[in-house]
Amino acid sequence: MVDDSAAGRTGEPFTLDVERGKIREFARATHSANPAYLDTEDPVVPATFLTTAFFWQSGAADPWEAVAMDQHKGLHAEQEFVFHGPPPRAGARLTGVSRIESVTRKEGRSGPLAFAVMVTEFRDETGRLVATAKLTGVEAG
Amino acid sequence: MSGTERSGGGGTALVVGPLTRTDLVKYQGASGDFNPIHHDETFARESGLPAPLALGMLQAGFLATWATDAFGAENVRTFRVRFAARVFPGDTVTCDGTVTARRPGELDVEMTCTKQDGTVAVYGWATFATEEDQ
Repeated sequence: MVDDSAAGRTGEPFTLDVERGKIREFARATHSANPAYLDTEDPVVPATFLTTAFFWQSGAADPWEAVAMDQHKGLHAEQEFVFHGPPPRAGARLTGVSRIESVTRKEGRSGPLAFAVMVTEFRDETGRLVATAKLTGVEAG
Repeated sequence: MSGTERSGGGGTALVVGPLTRTDLVKYQGASGDFNPIHHDETFARESGLPAPLALGMLQAGFLATWATDAFGAENVRTFRVRFAARVFPGDTVTCDGTVTARRPGELDVEMTCTKQDGTVAVYGWATFATEEDQ
C-alpha cells in the first residue's frame, strides 16, 4: 500500500562511481555492440545506465523505500533520463540526491491507482548538474 | 542468451529474441534491480503471472541500444520511456523509431519496442545533439 506521506521526502546524498567494467556489463546486457561503450578507455554511460544507482543508493539515501510500493503489485510506469551535456564518462564520481516529487491517486479503468514519482539529480565533483533521472511507479489499490 | 540481429538493407530495426531467462538475470545483475518477480518462478506465479516478467528497463535498454547506434552514444541528451505491455521469456521484440523534429544542433526521435504480435511494449522519446549547426 503506497504511503502518501512519502511525498516531499529527500534522501541523503550517495556516491556513484562510473566504472568502465560496469558500463561494459550494462552495454552487453542491453545487447549493445557499440564500440563507444565497449572499445574506448573512457566510455560514456549508456542512456539508461544511471538506473545502476540501485547498487549505490540504500537506507537513508533511498527515499523510494518510504513509498512502500508492493513488489507483487507495483509496476514501473515511466522512466526519464536528462543529460545536461554529454553523458558522464567512466572515471566520473557522481553525487546523487533523490526526492519523492509526488504521490498522486487517480481512478483507472479497473480501479484506483497510486502513482509515485522520484527525481534524482546527479552532480559531478565540481557540483555541476550532469544528469536528472525521473522514475514513475504505479500500484493498483 | 537470445540472439540479436540488426536488420540489413534499408531497415535499421533492432530485433532481440526470443528472450530467455538468462537475458533477464543478466540485466538484473547489470542494473542492480533484483526484484524476484523477474527471476523467481514461485514469486511470479504468486503475483498472478504465468512466468517471470521481463524488466521494462531491459526493453528500455534495447531502445537505448537502437537509438545510440543510430544517433551516437555521446549525443544523447534526453531519453524517456513509458511501459505499455508485459514482455515474457519467449517473446521477440523489435526496436525502431523515426526522427520527428530537427532543430539547430539537436533532433527528436520517437521509438517503439514491439512484441511479435504487434503489441507495443514500450514507447520511447529521445533527444540527441547533432554535429551540424553546433
